[in-house]
Amino acid sequence: MLTLRCPYCGVDVDETDLHGEGQAHLKREGPGSSDADFEDYLFMRENPKGVHFERWRHAFGCGKYFHAARCTNTLQVFGTYSAQTLEPPQEIKDTISGARPGWSWGNFK
Amino acid sequence: MSTRLAQRGRLINTDKAVSFTFNGKHLRGYEGDTLASALLANDQMLVGRSFKYHRPRGVVASGAEEPNGLVNLGQGAAFEPNQRVTTTEVFEGLTATSQNHWPSLEFDVGAINTHLSRFLPAGFYYKMFMYPRSFWKHVYEPIIRKSAGLGKAPKDRDQDTYEHFHAHVDVLIVGGGIAGLAAAQAAGERGARVLLIEQTAHWGGRAAVDRPEIDGMSAQDWVNSTVQALEDMGNVELRLRCMGAGVYDHGYTLAYERLTDHQPDADGPRHRLWRVRAKQIVTATGAIERPLSFAANDLPGVLLASAVRDYAVNFGVSVGDRTVVVTNNDDAYRTAITLQNAGLDVPVIVDARTEVEGDLIDEARALGIRVELGKGIAKVKGGKRVTGIALCAQAGEGAVLEEIDCDCVAMSGGWSPVVHLWSHCGGKLNWDADQVMFRPDPERAPTGGDGEAFVITAGTANGHLFTAEAVSDGWAAGRAAAKAAGHAKRGGQAPMGQDAVEGPISPVWLMPQGASHALRSKAWLDFQNDVKVSDVQLAAQEGFESVEHAKRYTTLGMATDQGKLSNINGLAILSQSLNADIPNVGTTTFRPPYTPISMASIAGVAKDELFQPIRKTPVSDWANANGADNEPVGQWRRPYAYVRAGEDVHAAVNREVKNARENLGLLDASTLGKLIVKGPDAGRFLDMMYTNMMSTLPVGKCRYGLMCTENGFLMDDGVVARMSEDTWLCHTTTGGAERIHGHMEDWLQCEWWDWNVYVANVTEQYAQIAVVGPNARKVLRKLGGMDVSAEALPFMQWRDGKIGDFDARVFRISFSGELSYEIAVPAGQGAVFWDALLEAGAEFGAMPYGTEALHIMRAEKGFIMIGDETDGTVIPQDLNLQWALSKKKEDYLGKRAHGRSHMADPNRWKLVGLMTEDGSVLPDGAYAIASGTNDNGQGNTQGRVTSTYYSPTLEKGIAMGLVHNGPDRMGEVIEFNKVDGSTVKAKIVDPIFYDKEGEKQNV
Amino acid sequence: MSEAISALNGKTAAGEVTVREAGLRGMIILRGDLSNKKLRAVCTELTGMKPPQQGQANCAGDKGLCWMSPDELLVLVPYAEAAQAVVAIDAALAGTHYLAENVSDARAVIFVEGTFCREVIAKLAPVDLHPDTFQPGDFRRTRLGQVAAAFWMRDADTFEVICFRSVAEYAFALLAASAKAGRVGAFPESG
Repeated sequence: MLTLRCPYCGVDVDETDLHGEGQAHLKREGPGSSDADFEDYLFMRENPKGVHFERWRHAFGCGKYFHAARCTNTLQVFGTYSAQTLEPPQEIKDTISGARPGWSWGNFK
Repeated sequence: MSTRLAQRGRLINTDKAVSFTFNGKHLRGYEGDTLASALLANDQMLVGRSFKYHRPRGVVASGAEEPNGLVNLGQGAAFEPNQRVTTTEVFEGLTATSQNHWPSLEFDVGAINTHLSRFLPAGFYYKMFMYPRSFWKHVYEPIIRKSAGLGKAPKDRDQDTYEHFHAHVDVLIVGGGIAGLAAAQAAGERGARVLLIEQTAHWGGRAAVDRPEIDGMSAQDWVNSTVQALEDMGNVELRLRCMGAGVYDHGYTLAYERLTDHQPDADGPRHRLWRVRAKQIVTATGAIERPLSFAANDLPGVLLASAVRDYAVNFGVSVGDRTVVVTNNDDAYRTAITLQNAGLDVPVIVDARTEVEGDLIDEARALGIRVELGKGIAKVKGGKRVTGIALCAQAGEGAVLEEIDCDCVAMSGGWSPVVHLWSHCGGKLNWDADQVMFRPDPERAPTGGDGEAFVITAGTANGHLFTAEAVSDGWAAGRAAAKAAGHAKRGGQAPMGQDAVEGPISPVWLMPQGASHALRSKAWLDFQNDVKVSDVQLAAQEGFESVEHAKRYTTLGMATDQGKLSNINGLAILSQSLNADIPNVGTTTFRPPYTPISMASIAGVAKDELFQPIRKTPVSDWANANGADNEPVGQWRRPYAYVRAGEDVHAAVNREVKNARENLGLLDASTLGKLIVKGPDAGRFLDMMYTNMMSTLPVGKCRYGLMCTENGFLMDDGVVARMSEDTWLCHTTTGGAERIHGHMEDWLQCEWWDWNVYVANVTEQYAQIAVVGPNARKVLRKLGGMDVSAEALPFMQWRDGKIGDFDARVFRISFSGELSYEIAVPAGQGAVFWDALLEAGAEFGAMPYGTEALHIMRAEKGFIMIGDETDGTVIPQDLNLQWALSKKKEDYLGKRAHGRSHMADPNRWKLVGLMTEDGSVLPDGAYAIASGTNDNGQGNTQGRVTSTYYSPTLEKGIAMGLVHNGPDRMGEVIEFNKVDGSTVKAKIVDPIFYDKEGEKQNV
Repeated sequence: MSEAISALNGKTAAGEVTVREAGLRGMIILRGDLSNKKLRAVCTELTGMKPPQQGQANCAGDKGLCWMSPDELLVLVPYAEAAQAVVAIDAALAGTHYLAENVSDARAVIFVEGTFCREVIAKLAPVDLHPDTFQPGDFRRTRLGQVAAAFWMRDADTFEVICFRSVAEYAFALLAASAKAGRVGAFPESG
């Protein structure tokens, strides 16, 4: 059972206080988008063994959504960060590069 | 016979006798005895029957690894099956009964299986019960179920209480033997917050039995002084009778503390489940001795050598008068020496090794004990108890050299570190060929959230079988754990131990080495699940070569002891059969819990009224006192109907509907979600959330709104009211409040974070009462306060004001089709407001109504219900709600999805009303039959029922359903399946059954 | 105005640790920019307390300010003053983007008083309540058993717990059962 640091509260939170909210950094496709792009947005998800970016909600705490970068294989957490961003902050990417040289995920590396 | 020795046991208090019963027999033991030692002291060697062959079985071990000694403990509300006698402490009045036999332990009909064992090999069930197929349900399964199982399930409700405790520590040390104590000392001295847990009732593990010296003291003195020093530290918490059950991700560990099992009359919880978050974990979990595989090694009286020694030293109990020791290592010599010194007879030490040298061998020889080298046991003689052994050459096939009388056999096949907790969370093992054991590989430890190792193993659990290395390893582990947890203080000194010089172990997996099939098929590996050497060999022969396959095929290690004694021996046999090295065959996966823990401890306080939270409205207490027949709606309990004396629930529902339509109904609608959405961008935001336009709603007015997911499917509905220029109040379905609140926050925080909108969930701030029916206005006028006339408060508008003395927000909205006001008052005034409405409404025929009347009235009006007409695959267009899909808006959640080809398919089933020709009520969820069959040969369907009720207003069944091309087929009759296999005809009609023009609600 | 009744009507379970409903309490959700000077000023004016730092609560008696999230405070005032407090906030923050809602009736406040009050909470919440880590002034939103709750320490022997009104009975029963079950002895004894 994971412990993740809520970037808003600054406390280490037990997984039972959190709610997993699926893959992070999806780009919304609205009216006017192609069927293929819309399908990607709705249904296509990464399922890596390794580096992954997820959304979590501090459901029993501040109620805020945040992002977590972690390894699905070892459960190492590379960091948590604000939900108000389109891509992981550089420091998170650097941490991942230190632990998993050559990693890539979607368009990020 | 087994009996109490004259010498005092280390752990028992002979001044305090306790009486207990076993199978109704009254027996006596001493305080400090385990049930195993007390039974042995009373010559009760036979404790149970084996699972498959019903073989007579006695105690094998002295600790948590015991496979045979499982009993039913207690009676009635304190009854618990499958309790290990070796870990159960006796207390005055304990009652135990043996398991898995009929009619009695001494005479068991099931023992016939042992004579059939030739016909019951591994995989027997898989092979045998395949055909004929019809036999499975009526012949095989009932017989197998009857003969299977160990203890009986409890019948009475558990009388005890249980609890959890969340602990956060720097260093958790599992195991209070000498290594664990040394680790606690090192970590404690460094200032770390330490929790040290020990599964037994005593500190020090087995050290005091074997009496080495530590720091110049006897082991017992060192343990005592170390425990005292730890207790004096403010930062070290020590817990006895507390087992490390499982190690999980990120340092999460479950520890199982048994508080009152040994003193059942004590106050407080029986078990406490510690939910520990540890920065570092030290597993000082010790080692378990392995049995040797020789014929009839399962007879009562054959025990592990260490167990025989434990019973003598700890409890002053001799298992037998004449004990043959059989071994492949030096440690078992300690048992011979201990017994001989206690005045018991050790006729021979049978050592499979051909050359031995060491202090213990010298000591045994000096005591005059006969030592036979290069020998083995061909088989053990006896029926329900050992009577002797047949000696043979270990290198041969079992030719008997000599028969030796004895009543106990003490066996030792070497020691296996307890690596379970290390392995639970991914720690890997290495095979140590010199010591013949799997031991943790510190290079491949379990890793935590920071990517670093969080488990350190120590002492014998780390393969350090000697005292000196075990204590220094424990100390080093404690130091390293404290450092990793941020306590790097230096200093202190590791304890020093001293050991006898021992010679090397020699692997012995089968005795004798070339044992015949007859011998191998009586050489037990897994005592609890009755798996023998021949079974594992058969598995290998039949192609189950993977250790995981062989395990499942034979059930080796799958019993409640999880193969603590059998796994290594079994996999060694497998590797020999496959002609492979042991490390190449590998081990099965160790899974938590280490030993079974009570289900009740997992539940903790969550039982009875605390099983789950039940949400209550301010009206719930009144409802429960006035006939409410509740139904669960999420965690709420809403009255389905208020049943009066002399009527059944259906009569109550019909009465409530008629009364609301004719007089005055009151509904507790407090459970509806209420979300405040405020800010300069709130209108724009709600236009995205709802399919229809909310930004244009004038202040003071209400609008019904639909919400879709991005997939286009309906997720919620409700009335939205505009409070002020920048504030809206959104009603959600009951149970939808938290979900829709989260949904809104999700979009605000993660997609449109630059929009200025705040949302607050104010659901529970208000008690909301629907005042419904032709007399609704009359009762409100009688209470006085604000103007509720049609002119001052028209349909689909709301006002703040007073109703009587109450601060009220009044919505003119109707889900029943009648004149209706929904009135919100602060929850603290809710109960009184409800009373006031009932009292003032009495002259107008006021009656509360429940959710079923609510549902019927909405169905009569053709209003949809989220969860009835929708199931996560239904879009607004299916429900003819196109009018609620704004064409003016460029975007809203679900709009893009509605453009997908399947969503726009004209063949989607659409909402219609349904009326049976005979007036009966259609079955809920019934399918409408279409001609022909599909590719799977199943009948085709053309629709289904989504809501169905008896309408007291129309006095017949009404229903709504989704039907292929339904709206174009008005008047057509279609057929629906019934549960009994017959069908019923129903006409497709308009779904609005009552007051189509809406005259009644708009007055 | 009709007289209001608190969720548990002052229910008490007395013991070595006593669990007691505090009765009616004024509570206001205030969402906005917590660095806004006007917002901070009106909060202090209403409660006499300074706005709390992240994860803190500044409370005294019936009044106080609790840090709920980076854009939310819980304003505690006497019950009778809550409506007026919202009016005062509305007046002070007119023209800025904020939300203030009176939620006094939506919640229950429960005191847990006694020497092992920390352990009573630690039986139910996945939070480190060791005195080295949690002290008066600290504020935590988490769960008690299966429901959301928040708590802070009034003093070394008293926790103040808030939960939703609908589950007040459940939360009270959980706390009372945990208090009745007695001391764990895992934390250093207070006082």
